[in-house]
Amino acid sequence: MANGSSRPLSPHLQVYRWQWTMALSILHRATGIALTVGTLLLAWWLIAAAAGPAAFARAQGFIGSGLGMLMLFGWTFALYYHLCAGIRHLVWDAGYGFELQYAQRGAYIVIGAAVGLTIMSWIIGLAVW
Amino acid sequence: MANDTAKQLRNPLQKARGLGSAKHGAEHWWGQRLTSLALIPLTLWFVLGVIGHLGADHAAFQAWMRSPVTAAMMILTVAVTFHHAASGMQVVYEDYLHVEWQKLAADIVTKFLCYGLAAACIVSVLKLSFGA
Repeated sequence: MANGSSRPLSPHLQVYRWQWTMALSILHRATGIALTVGTLLLAWWLIAAAAGPAAFARAQGFIGSGLGMLMLFGWTFALYYHLCAGIRHLVWDAGYGFELQYAQRGAYIVIGAAVGLTIMSWIIGLAVW
Repeated sequence: MANDTAKQLRNPLQKARGLGSAKHGAEHWWGQRLTSLALIPLTLWFVLGVIGHLGADHAAFQAWMRSPVTAAMMILTVAVTFHHAASGMQVVYEDYLHVEWQKLAADIVTKFLCYGLAAACIVSVLKLSFGA
């Protein structure tokens, strides 16, 4: 690939073979952005509670609605995924787990844990709701 | 550039000095790690607390916030979460926005919003905790 400077250029995103480790990396950033937007829901919940019973009932009513529960479900998965993948990143930052087989295994663990924790939380959540 | 330096007596190192991170380059990176570490227990506490108060009425929610431990944990969760979100979004902007003013504008708006919302959330918790 020519870049005008005769220096090697890494291949562009489009020509990479899709793999788990790469998908997880992208998903970590995507869930981070989603959770940043999701903080609006957290802020609404707390501010509504401080505003009084009527405002809090409205917020709780929205969270209990179909759309609210769908958003909360996505929020739960994003939170657990970002939490698990974040721990994996901290392990890397400490200098461990860079070998290919560990990176691959870590990816499966993160996905499994995020899905498992999401389902478990919703089973418990719906039972006590 | 090469010709430029050849004409000058000053060593190129002299020009480069002080332009680097000046030993503070890791501050943002470290801040992200520190907040993510703190958010592991805070997030787990928060999720359990939310599950325990799904569909709760106002009185029950306020009773929860009246506990000093709850109020302190919620304030920590909110403060660290918004700080973590703001510094994470900054990296996203730095990676994808290549026009300087757009990058700056996005970062300023995000930080103002994040710290504004954090303040509103903390005041809300305090009001519930200490208010009538």
